[in-house]
Formats: sequence, C-alpha cells, structure tokens
Amino acid sequence: MWTRITGIENIPLREGRTVDLVDREIAIFNLGTRFAAIDAQCPHRGGPLCDGIVTGCGPSLADAPVRGHAVVCPLHGWKIDLDSGSVLKPDVSVRVETYEVRVDSGIIEINVPKARKVAA
Amino acid sequence: MERLIVVGNGMVGVACLENILAHKKKFDVTVFGDETHANYNRILLSSVLAGERSADEITINGLDWYQKNGIGLRLGVRIVNVNTTLRTVTGDDGGMMQYDKLIIATGSGAFIPPMDGIYRRNVFTFRNMEDTFGMMRVAGEGKRAVVIGGGLLGLEAARGLQIQGCETTVIHIVDTLMNNQLDSTGGDLLKRRMEELGIQVLAGRRVKSILGRDEVEALEFMDGERIPADLVCIATGIRPNADLARAAGIACGRGITVNDYLETSDPRVFAVGECTEHRGEVYGLVAPLLEQAKVLAATLTDNRGPVFEGWKPAAKLKIMGLDVFSAGESLETPGTDAVRFDDPGAGVYKKLLVRDNKLVGCVLVGDASDSNRYMDWLRSETDLTVRRKSLLFPEPAADKGSSIADIPDSETVCGCMGVTKGRIISAIHDNGIRSMAQLKECTRATTGCGSCSGVCEGLLKAVSPEFEEDTKRVICKCLPFSQDNLREIIQTQKLKSVQEVLEIYGNGIGCEICKPALSYLVDVVWCGDHEEDRSARFINDRVHANIQNDGTFSVVPRMRGGVTTPAELRRIAEVAEKYKVPLVKVTGSQRIDLLGIKKQDLPNVWRDLGMPSGQAYTKGVRMVKTCVGTEFCRFGVQDAMGTGIELERRLENLFTPHKTKLGVTGCPRNCAEVTVKDIGLIGQEGSWQVVVGGAAGKHVRKADLLVTVETTEEAIEATLLFFQYYREHGHYLERTYDFVERLGMERVRKETVYANAKDKKNLLRRLQKSKAFSQDAWKEGSTPVNTTQFIQIQPMEGASREVVQ
Repeated sequence: MWTRITGIENIPLREGRTVDLVDREIAIFNLGTRFAAIDAQCPHRGGPLCDGIVTGCGPSLADAPVRGHAVVCPLHGWKIDLDSGSVLKPDVSVRVETYEVRVDSGIIEINVPKARKVAA
Repeated sequence: MERLIVVGNGMVGVACLENILAHKKKFDVTVFGDETHANYNRILLSSVLAGERSADEITINGLDWYQKNGIGLRLGVRIVNVNTTLRTVTGDDGGMMQYDKLIIATGSGAFIPPMDGIYRRNVFTFRNMEDTFGMMRVAGEGKRAVVIGGGLLGLEAARGLQIQGCETTVIHIVDTLMNNQLDSTGGDLLKRRMEELGIQVLAGRRVKSILGRDEVEALEFMDGERIPADLVCIATGIRPNADLARAAGIACGRGITVNDYLETSDPRVFAVGECTEHRGEVYGLVAPLLEQAKVLAATLTDNRGPVFEGWKPAAKLKIMGLDVFSAGESLETPGTDAVRFDDPGAGVYKKLLVRDNKLVGCVLVGDASDSNRYMDWLRSETDLTVRRKSLLFPEPAADKGSSIADIPDSETVCGCMGVTKGRIISAIHDNGIRSMAQLKECTRATTGCGSCSGVCEGLLKAVSPEFEEDTKRVICKCLPFSQDNLREIIQTQKLKSVQEVLEIYGNGIGCEICKPALSYLVDVVWCGDHEEDRSARFINDRVHANIQNDGTFSVVPRMRGGVTTPAELRRIAEVAEKYKVPLVKVTGSQRIDLLGIKKQDLPNVWRDLGMPSGQAYTKGVRMVKTCVGTEFCRFGVQDAMGTGIELERRLENLFTPHKTKLGVTGCPRNCAEVTVKDIGLIGQEGSWQVVVGGAAGKHVRKADLLVTVETTEEAIEATLLFFQYYREHGHYLERTYDFVERLGMERVRKETVYANAKDKKNLLRRLQKSKAFSQDAWKEGSTPVNTTQFIQIQPMEGASREVVQ
C-alpha cells in the first residue's frame, strides 16, 4: 500500500531519516538521484541505520557507479545494501526488509504492506 | 682504465652514464656540475613550484648513487676551459683534470629577448632549482606575478605561481599560446582554459622594459602601457650552452654539432643533450635527448653502431586538470588533411594531420587521453588507410585490462624516459619485478612527468604474477591517494568540499572511511573556510553528541580546566532530572557526562545547560586537565588552572586528526598527569616544560620534551605551534604519539618551536584563521544545518498514532 510519508526537502542529500509507522520503523535515504527505504534497525544490535554514512557497495573505484549504494551502521560498522537489504559486511547471511519508494509532487511515498491490526 | 669526464650533471648527462654502466667497458668517471644539487628531474621543477612535489621527490640520483657506482662527483664547479690538445678541463676553482674521453652535457640556458631591466631583483628565469626556490621565496598571497612567455614552461610557471598565491598574468608575444606546438584554434582554447583557471593572458604583446628602483615594480609594453608586478619570470625559450665547446675550437652551429653517433669534430670529445645540434635541430624536450644518451653510451663503450636519426618532438603540458599534447606538425600545409574534433562547450579540441595516409602531427587540447596511440602512429608511420573513418574515435575498450592488452609492444608508454611496453614487460619477466618502486628503479618508466603511472601499474598488475601494491598508505579504495597527496590535491586544485574531491579524484560516492577523513582534510587545508557537508561526517559530528550502544547520546559540557561553579552544577542537576537522564558520571577528563539522551532532546538539553560543547564526541580538542597550581596548592609554582583555561579557550572547537587531550600541571609532582597527554605543560620554578606525544589508552607512552621556556606566553605559543603542526601534518586518525614517532622529535622541533620566524608566524596565522571560522557546535541547537537534524519526521499518513481498523 503506497503511503505518503514526507516532503523530499526533509531528507538532506546523502543522509537518512527514520519514520515511525504503525508496525515498523523505516529509514529513508536521499541518494541524490533517488530515494531508498529499508528497515530502520541494524540486524546486528539494533543500531539506527538512518544515522549511518552512505557509501558505495563495491570495494573499488570501478564498482561504485554500477553496484549501487549501501549504508554503514554507526554502532559497529555493519554495511547494508540499500537495494537488496542484504548485509555486505561482515559476511553473514541476514538481511533487512527493503521498500519501494516513489516521489509524487515532491512527496516521498513508500510501498508498505498493510499494517497488522492494532487494538483501538 | 680510461678516464671519462662528464661536464654537466643534468638529466641527460647522467642518463648517459647510467647507460654506460650497463655496458661491459668500464671507465674512471668524474662528473662536474655547476649546480649544488645532486642530479634531479628538471622537467618536474614546475611541479615543485606548484607545490605538488618537494625538491627531494624529484631527485633522480642521490649522492649515494654516485658513491655506489664509484663515480667522482664535483658539485658547484663550473668548467671554464677545455684544451683539446692537452686533453684537460679547467674548473672555476682553478683545478685541472685530464681526460681520455670527454662528454659535454652542459644543457641550455634561458634565452632572454632584448628588454631593459632584466637584472632587477625578483626577476627570474626558470631553469633550475635555485630559480624555483627563488620564486617560491618571493611568491605569496597578494603578490602580482608576471610570466613573460606563453610556451610550455611559461604556462607551467604561471600555474605554479598562482598556486603559490600570486595574482598571475602571462604575456605572450604572438596571439597563439604555445605557438610552436599548437594551431590558433588550440591556442585560443588553451587561452580560455588558462583564464578559467584564473590566470590572465595578454597575447600579442611585447615587453619593452622591466621597471623598478631595486626590486621589480612594473612592466612596460612597447605601446607604453604599464602593468604592476612584484615578480617576473622570463620563460621565452632556451639557447644551447655551447660556448665552452666553441671556445675549445669544436665545431658548433647554434649548439655543438654532433653526428648520428653523438661525436663532435674532435675525436675524443662527445656531446649530448640540449647543448647539441643534430642535423640542424636543437632539442628542448627530454625524450629525444634520452635517446641520444643511449646512443652515445653505445658509441663510447666500443659498441659504435646505434644511431640517433632525429626525433619527432612531442610536448605535453603538465598542469593538473588541463590536458595539452602536441606532436609532429601542428599547421595544415597543402596535401595534408586535417581531421578535427572541436567542442568549445566541452573545452575539447583535437586535430590530426594526415598525409599519404600517415599521421604527421597531432594537437590535443582538453583531452589527451589518446596521446600514446597517436604518438605510436606518428613514430612508426603506421598506414592509416583502414582507420580513416574512425581516427578520432577509438574502439571503446571493454575494460582496463584489454585496453592495456591492445597497446602494441613497440608503443612508447613512458614518453619522457622513452620506455616501450615491450621493455616494461621484459623487465618484469627478466628481473622479477613486482612493485612500482622496482619498476621505476629498473626501467625509469613513470619517473618523468608521471602521467603514464596508470598504464604502467596496469601492465605490472597484468604481467607480474606476484604484484605488490606500493606501501603508500591510501585511505581506502574509493580514493587511491595517500593523505599527504590528498592535502596537496585539495590545496592546489582548490577543492572546497568532500564531494568535489570524490567526484574528481575518487569513485564519486566514498565510504565511511574516506568521507570523515576528507571532511577533516578540507577543513584543515582551508582553515575552516570550506563547504561543510554533514552527510560526509560521522553521526557524532552531525548531532554533536556521542552515540551510545542503544542509539541514544551522551552529553559532556565544556568545563574548562576542570573548573566549574555552583550555578553550573545546579543547572546540570536540573537537566539530569528534567530529561530523566539515566546516568550521570564524572569522566576521567575532569568533566561531567550525561548519558542516555534522545536525539530529539539534544537541543533543549544544550539550551538548559547554557554551557558550550565539550567536544567529547569528536576528533578534536577534548579538554585541558589541570591541577590546582599556585591558586591554592602549597607546592604550586605555576598557575596551572589559569594557563589551562586559557589554552582550552584558544583551542576549543577545532578539529584535529584524532582526539587531542591536553594537561597543565603546576609543579613537577605532575598531579594532572600531563606526561601521558597529547600535549602537556609542566610548571617548574621559573620555567615551563612543554611535552608532546604522551598516551594512556591502548598504548601507554611517556610524552617527549618539545621545549623548555621561561614564560607562560612562550609555553602557550609552543603549544599552539605544535597543535597546528599536528593538524597540518598528522594523518587522519593518527594520535600524537604515533605522529611524533613517525616524524621524529628532531624534525617536529625544527619545524615548530625552532622554525624560522616566518614559518612560525604562518602556522599561528592559519590556526587563528581556523579559530575565527569555528564556533561552539551546540549553537546549532537553535540553528541546525538541516531542519530535520534533531526532529523525528512524522509521516503524513500511516503513523503509529493512527488507529487502524
């Protein structure tokens, strides 16, 4: 379900911000030409991924433009691929959820699964 | 053994000796050089002027090379006479020496066109190390430099002088810059690009005289117009130094006449380099001359056979970010086809001159990436019939590996040193070369202008089974440069933001390692007058607090010298209660830490505290720990608290390569434990000791004595000098204890407290400038860099507060 989140001006270039939705927290990143959204917490020790430094995925000069972006958790340096959600560093087979993002009239929208029912 | 004398200690004479050493025949060799420097790479003087390299870095053969090879070296001696009958040379020191064979390699001097006033002070030519140092002494911010001559050397000199801080103008006698190498379209584009770099170009003008009382003050043109100048560099061409040979009766034209074997009219005398004239040509570029050196080495060592048949000259402008290359002919003539690519918007112009389906010349401005290919076509006179439709458009290489594979073995990779791809490959195989350092040592490739380094490294990686990266400490793979290199790049290329550096010299994105490092470097190089980019900083430096293991933050207000007041303590207590701070702790730095604060609360916490940031979260000045000193202590002999508070005020809010802890203690009992601080002041009766490089963390290290001084003012000045020096020379994330060990205390002292008055003043001036640009980071609580820096973004829909049916 496409959900209207916030104006694009609220997420500075190459930084991330967390939004608190009903049943989940999502970190949204401004990558200059597009936005990316993943679960807000690092799968390692729950560090705030929105506070991480945005980096390239590949290790070398040539890799960077083709292989997309990642974020590095500020607590212990786990590196998460912003497109696939997989952990690139260290070598562990866990991943975080990723979400589709689109921009409509300057508003960032995220495609989130319908929230689980919350008691009124 | 035959005695061989070499007159001239320049690149070509010594290159000839290197070649002779590779042959079997041995000589008893003596070299005379009139400069006092050992053999260095003259082509790179412009990069010394541009601050890209130091004088040491352009040395080709240090004194140890001469010793190792048993070569006698006499520096600072000018040979004033050659007697071909007695076979002697006489020096200006009166000494005389006999030879069996004599090589004259006296190079060339500056050609100075007729004008008045060339002997005024601060008028330079640009031929040697002395000239370079002379210009660097005079150049500086606010000085007006004028370069006469818009050729290769003049333009490089102009850029260098501009980088030294001068307002720079180039005067050229004709309308086309580099008119020996370029056509008018190329020259015009080059002029525009130079002007875009901020260098004024006055073309088609002729200087009549250099005016001034003692020092130069102005230039006057033929039409009577005058322009002011504090420094003049004359770079209007060269003339062979042939007078010595001419006086000895050896045949000379413009230069010393040599044949294809580099023999002169005297059977025992040979000549090589810029002082020679071969088939009517005089060369001023290094590649053909190194070829001469090889031929002469063969001639001299009983291997007479190889010949020098002349050379199609090529020239490359060495200004970072401005590619200019020219080879062979540059002007259209009847029967010659000119193939052009001209995009003024992109600042690129290429022209190939083709005659009889062969390349006879090329001009490249703005993009010289294909110069090696064209040079190869030119030299080997490749038949281009099948390529006529795509001369300017190479097949795009699939990857770097295959583009290197595409280079034919005969192609010259290093134009300066004349090294072919084939030579590099055989050197790698035959000598087991595995690093760039070894490759340089063995083949001399890349040691000229250095622009072929990428290709050579690619070749080495592809061919050597055990390739080893040079132990240059690059920050990370996003940006293949050492930190020292990056400082130079940021400075010389005037890069003011992290992203600019990454886009021009890196992969455009960067990572968690290089971005904070670059943030530090641009800040320190521009003394705070840079474009701050918070996305490149670690979270601590975005929100000015230290992130904790649960994503909350710790807050440490500044408490200078560890001295506080009841009012401050009361506010701290109130804040701790109001924001339900889970933990209040006294730190090891004589301060109070409030832990477990939410990001959203930070601005309010700072406001309620009413105290400045203690920078406990950053690579910057933490605190100055003090003891009570003379204030109350009965043993105190110096005012520790007052001095500590003053130091903290002078240094707070500045960034350093790593965290910096200071201490001031009022007597040698050292209660403030300053001997394990980055910088410590130890009060003694009537003096202070300033110690640096102490540590009590992962490593424990006792600080080294920097200097002992009498007054508190001197102690503070010594601290400031070391502090700024560490900021400018420390690698990011290098603590002072590693820094002083890497550089050695002797050097640190020599370049800080024992430096000359000018250098000291400049260190302090840059520190002051940084200080003026700095501010208490917690002021951003009320004026954040980004409006959402401390605010939790509320979603427009789907918020957790909404009740979902």
